Amino acid sequence: MIRYTLTRLALLLLGLLVASVLIFLTLRVLPGDIAQLIAGTNSTPEQIAAIRERLGLNQPLPLQYLEWIGGVLRGDLGSSLLTGSSVSAELAQKAQVTVPLGIMSLTIAILFSIPLGVLSAMRRGRAGGTGLSVGAQSLAAVPVVWAGMMFVVVFAVWLGWLPAQGFPRAGWNDPAAAFRSLLLPALTIGIVEGAMLMRFVRSATMQAVGQDYVRTAAAKGLTRNAALIRHGLPNVGLSVITVLGLQVAGIIVGAVVIEQLFSLPGIGRMLVADVSARDLPKVQGELLVLTGFVLIIGFLVDLVHRVIDPRQREAS
Amino acid sequence: MSLKVTDLTVDIGDRRVVDGVSFEVPDGARVGLIGESGSGKSLTALAILGLLPDGAEAGGSVLWNDRELIGMPDRELATLRGDEIGIVFQEPRTALNPIRTIGRQIGESIRIHEGVSRNEARTRAIAEAARVALPDPERIVARYPHQLSGGQRQRAAIAMALACRPRLLIADEPTTALDVTIQAEILELLLSLVEDDGMSLVFITHDLAVLSQIATHGVVLEDGRVVETAPISTLLSAPTSLVTQGLLRDATATLWRAPASRGSGAEPQTEPPGGQS
Amino acid sequence: MSAPETRRRVPETRRRARDTRTSARRRRWAWLRRLWSLSTGRFGLIVVAVVTATAIIARFWTPFDPRQVAIENRWALPGWPHLLGTDGTGRDILSLLMAGSRTTVVVAVGAGVIATVIGIALAALGALTARWLRESVAVLVDILIAFPVLIIAMMISAVWGGSLAVVIWSVGIGFGVNIARVTRPELRRVLHSDFVLAGRASGLTPLQNLWRHLMPNVAPVFIVQLSWGMAVAVLAEAGLSYLGFGAPVTEPSWGLLLAELQQYITVYPLSVLWPGLAITFTVLGLNLLGDALREATDPTLSRGRDPLHPPRGAIRHVPEVVA
Repeated sequence: MIRYTLTRLALLLLGLLVASVLIFLTLRVLPGDIAQLIAGTNSTPEQIAAIRERLGLNQPLPLQYLEWIGGVLRGDLGSSLLTGSSVSAELAQKAQVTVPLGIMSLTIAILFSIPLGVLSAMRRGRAGGTGLSVGAQSLAAVPVVWAGMMFVVVFAVWLGWLPAQGFPRAGWNDPAAAFRSLLLPALTIGIVEGAMLMRFVRSATMQAVGQDYVRTAAAKGLTRNAALIRHGLPNVGLSVITVLGLQVAGIIVGAVVIEQLFSLPGIGRMLVADVSARDLPKVQGELLVLTGFVLIIGFLVDLVHRVIDPRQREAS
Repeated sequence: MSLKVTDLTVDIGDRRVVDGVSFEVPDGARVGLIGESGSGKSLTALAILGLLPDGAEAGGSVLWNDRELIGMPDRELATLRGDEIGIVFQEPRTALNPIRTIGRQIGESIRIHEGVSRNEARTRAIAEAARVALPDPERIVARYPHQLSGGQRQRAAIAMALACRPRLLIADEPTTALDVTIQAEILELLLSLVEDDGMSLVFITHDLAVLSQIATHGVVLEDGRVVETAPISTLLSAPTSLVTQGLLRDATATLWRAPASRGSGAEPQTEPPGGQS
Repeated sequence: MSAPETRRRVPETRRRARDTRTSARRRRWAWLRRLWSLSTGRFGLIVVAVVTATAIIARFWTPFDPRQVAIENRWALPGWPHLLGTDGTGRDILSLLMAGSRTTVVVAVGAGVIATVIGIALAALGALTARWLRESVAVLVDILIAFPVLIIAMMISAVWGGSLAVVIWSVGIGFGVNIARVTRPELRRVLHSDFVLAGRASGLTPLQNLWRHLMPNVAPVFIVQLSWGMAVAVLAEAGLSYLGFGAPVTEPSWGLLLAELQQYITVYPLSVLWPGLAITFTVLGLNLLGDALREATDPTLSRGRDPLHPPRGAIRHVPEVVA
């Protein structure tokens, strides 16, 4: 177990390293000149040179990379090209929107997908099951942006229950308002991601139904449904955990788009703005954080899965 | 406690895979269901207990102590399963839940029908494990299925099926998936348990040699229909159907050297009986 | 026996050989027939056909010029002559949708091609080369999987600015890595299997050997992934165009349409319905086509998928996993 953890940890660190190198290379190796791009068309060579100096672009690439990584390890993700503000500070501030959004979305996705997925598998072949399955397939094909728009139309425009945009300026000091403004976005992401998760839960449950040990449990005296729930579902849960890592990646991606739609001042919207503005140092830092987050979640999920499954707990 | 199967049918979609099977298992009897693979023997067993897979439907009549099992709601059938009728399946590798300990799984049978506490169930589970001759019962109940050998897993499955002392045991090819050396042990175990408790037994197999050691009567199935019903001795010496003759041919050579064929009624043979081509 | 008959008498062996070839050919297309018999397959094929046909037609004709604004006729409800109504500047929505289908097809096909090339290259590297290279490629692939397509797209956009090429390349890379991950084990399995060795023994060149044995085994898994990958491409195009990193404003695109129509939600919510439905149907069709392909080419439903490691890194797709 220890050895497994260490191996995965090593892979995680390697992954972070490779990710950082990739991000760095992509954003620094250009067919054009960043400094020129930033300075604009009407700039003088001196201005361009000054920018190059400021960005440290005259140093050899590996050195630039090491400087950046050194800063990252100290908690300094660089500063914005345009405003000079610290990337880490801004990330921390925007996280208060994005992190709750992500947690709410994940919760909704799980609450939505597991009961419905199990139900649609248990009712396979009958009207309810097929309907649920078709519904899930269709929902999973919906672009999350459009789902958001439709929800806005229904809940904000027609019913007026929830705000269509924005996040209270007081932030979480006004928890009720903050929650309300995150509810519709979280619902959007949660239901669309949940639809995908539901398809997975459904097929995992169908597989569990056919398992011999579920039949044995019924043979011992449980009703068939009880046998499925008590013996099949925990195994389903195990495989769901594996996919959870994927879901998180999907939620991050969804958040980027949804924050744009709902004008939420979160990390996603900031990323979009920075990419549009070609604020490369900032984009670098943000992308590193996001990718690192996905990798870490993947690592944790692997670990949890390993711990829970007794088949894998002991060294072979 | 008797089982009476009359005109049992099983349909999968619009295919009739079991077509009018009838046989009786009086109290204490040991009946074999024999046939090639695909002849419908396993489905017959599953139909009796209401454990058919989704999409399969049973018809006809199965009377257990004059109670009609076909069409009985699952909740009622569940009270019978494990308590009055037990079943052991063919593949021990997949029949046990991989993420629960053996002790908990054996104990579950007892808890379902007798509502005992966790601790009591554990004690009983240890006793049951000892009864099926699992080594080191105290330690083994804390093990997971993947930590046991194939033979041990099948013993555990048998313990699970018999924990509540059912009156009838259905054994669906319990030795087929095991090593030849283990097969004999498991057969011995089954036979002694069945005899000790005076249980009725329905033993399903395709191997006449195995059957001869454990059953008194045989019901031969082909394509979902009964083609021959006779005492084992008759099946071995003077089979009337082609199917039985074929099965006899396929039977292993152990048939001829089976002095301890208890309950088979067959005399030890020194040469293959006549009547086969 | 008359002369013509004699001439027509084919040697028995050659006739049997010819029959084998015909039945082999018939078997090769059996999966297509099976695909059509599945309702999912039928739906998928029809959707793909409709979208492709629309894209081709739109190249030459649309009911109205999609760019033509007519402010006096804005927010027209669906009816005649604007079958789906008009948007806030009076453009015909149906024509916009038709024109947008071209972008969709281009992106899906382009991403598919790139994903194929990258996927096969990585899979081949991971299966055919020396051990150290194989291991490194495996590790690399596992790491690259973690990059969601959107993140890749943003990385590229930050540098080169957004464009359809960005979308195509991002999905191509993101899903190509996925394809590599899924096809590599199949590749290795086939490479080490007995019939490949037998083929070598019977004198085929390594290339012929590979082709004859590899294709039928790896192709099914591959086509399924491709179908799903194209669904991802369509969704990615929608999302990225909406964010401004995809289709430029001059190109018609369903995603762009969503972005443009968003401002009118309070006034004319119905308009947003159409591009969204178009995207949803296309993605649904491609997803279902992939599912049907999987069923049609592998009835045991057990190959090409590892239940503990479903493909990751797609912008948003978890194909069904059944062990």
